[in-house]
Amino acid sequence: MSETIKTDVVIIGAGPVGLFAVFELGLLDIKTHLVDILDKVGGQCAELYPEKPIYDIPGIPIITGNGLSEALMEQIKPFHPTFHLGEMVTTIENIGDPLYRVTTDTGKTFECKSVVIAAGGGSFQPKRPPIVGIEPYEDKSVFYAVRKMENFRGKDVMIVGGGDSALDWTLNLQPIAKRLTLVHRRDDFRGAPDSVNKMRALVAAGSMDLRIGQVTDLEGSDGQLTAASIKDKDGTVSRVACDAMLPFFGLTMKLGPVSDWGLEMEDELVKVDVSTFETNRHGIFAIGDINTYPGKLKLILSGFHEGALMAQRVHHYVHPQKRLVFQYTTSSTSLQKKLGVA
Amino acid sequence: MPKVTFIEHDGTVHTVEAELGATVMETALRNDVSSIVAECGGGCTCATCHVYVDEAWVEKAGAPSPQEETELDAAFDVRPNSRLSCQIKVTEDLDGLVVRTPSYQGR
Ligand SMILES: Cc1cc2nc3c(=O)[nH]c(=O)nc-3n(C[C@H](O)[C@H](O)[C@H](O)COP(=O)(O)OP(=O)(O)OC[C@H]3O[C@@H](n4cnc5c(N)ncnc54)[C@H](O)[C@@H]3O)c2cc1C
Ligand code: FES
Repeated sequence: MSETIKTDVVIIGAGPVGLFAVFELGLLDIKTHLVDILDKVGGQCAELYPEKPIYDIPGIPIITGNGLSEALMEQIKPFHPTFHLGEMVTTIENIGDPLYRVTTDTGKTFECKSVVIAAGGGSFQPKRPPIVGIEPYEDKSVFYAVRKMENFRGKDVMIVGGGDSALDWTLNLQPIAKRLTLVHRRDDFRGAPDSVNKMRALVAAGSMDLRIGQVTDLEGSDGQLTAASIKDKDGTVSRVACDAMLPFFGLTMKLGPVSDWGLEMEDELVKVDVSTFETNRHGIFAIGDINTYPGKLKLILSGFHEGALMAQRVHHYVHPQKRLVFQYTTSSTSLQKKLGVA
Repeated sequence: MPKVTFIEHDGTVHTVEAELGATVMETALRNDVSSIVAECGGGCTCATCHVYVDEAWVEKAGAPSPQEETELDAAFDVRPNSRLSCQIKVTEDLDGLVVRTPSYQGR
């Protein structure tokens, strides 16, 4: 396990609301670390509608999902937030008054005075293929990510999908697998052309198999796969030996571990106090799409407002001796110093 | 107004009026066809609005664009008549359109 990272606040989720929270907290001298399961920042804006325009960000008549993420990154630069991408927060333990230990699925731990949950629609997680009876194999012989390549050495590996993840892992695992089979529903790949060419060359050399079709059935016992059935375009079904499978069908939003954190919830949303956006656990806050309160609107601008009020309350926990003075960025030299403009 | 019929996997049939120019996905959401998820709101980035176009309508509904074909890779049990319903716009020509929803949209 790595060393514990000490900071003022851990923000769970680097969507637009988590990003803007860095700004509001930063103005109050509160240091932040952000964790997101995606390998990029921007949450829904970056993952679901990067190129689509948003028309209701106050003062910005039109901006794309990606454009907004980039603009927010620029705006929070002066506060030097630290990002931990590709990691999911799994637990929040209370170890003081209030002091929290936050742990991620890679074993990283943080110690912080407040936790801000900006988990939006939940964590983006791999889509599970609708193959009847796949659950018992998951994490034993069906994997949605490769944590350690060595686990695939000498195995009959089946990779399913046609994008970059499927192709990259095909190229990485082919040399160490006993036999690698790539299964895709059509003979056209959306991955990088270079990877497609490399894969095709391996197929031509007889070093791996490419099957055009869809997986319909799994065989095995006690979580250990032995074979998979593939249905090709004309409906013919055939069996392929396989003792490890990696399906890559993109991502979908699932609530994930948020429901295990002892928070009062309603319809998979975290209940908050509307004057502070604090949850039922002191020092744990919820802002953006993940929270609920009377009149809640799942809009980016609402999440920004929630972040500003949250920061005022977090200040009590992080700097209990300091009095909070209300200031404008327009006229306060002290705020402007923090922003690096004065 | 053109009519669109959704036949869900469990057999539930919804025949609804569709606004001209709206997408089939939007028509489904407005009429509570819950087996259309549409996580990305029509961005062609989620494949959770997957439908099977009734054989009689395949030609009129048209073929998927390359971008849609690519996104269909993230759908399940894809068939020759598979489309993403956010990429089909309702026109007078599609009055009477019948689509079926798959058993699973990925969530
Ligand atoms: C198609 C579409 C169009 C939209 N258009 C608009 C619009 O025009 N105007 C508007 O105001 N809003 C719009 N929205 C809504 C807007 O995108 C959301 O309100 C906004 O993204 C919420 O931001 P957020 O930061 O709260 O959450 P999200 O953007 O959902 O980000 C949350 C992040 O938290 C991460 N996460 C969750 N749990 C964990 C965990 N345990 N560990 C690590 N990371 C975790 C997730 O991976 C995700 O990246 C639209 C949404 C969609 C889908
Ligand atoms: S709504 Fe997401 S692809 Fe159609």
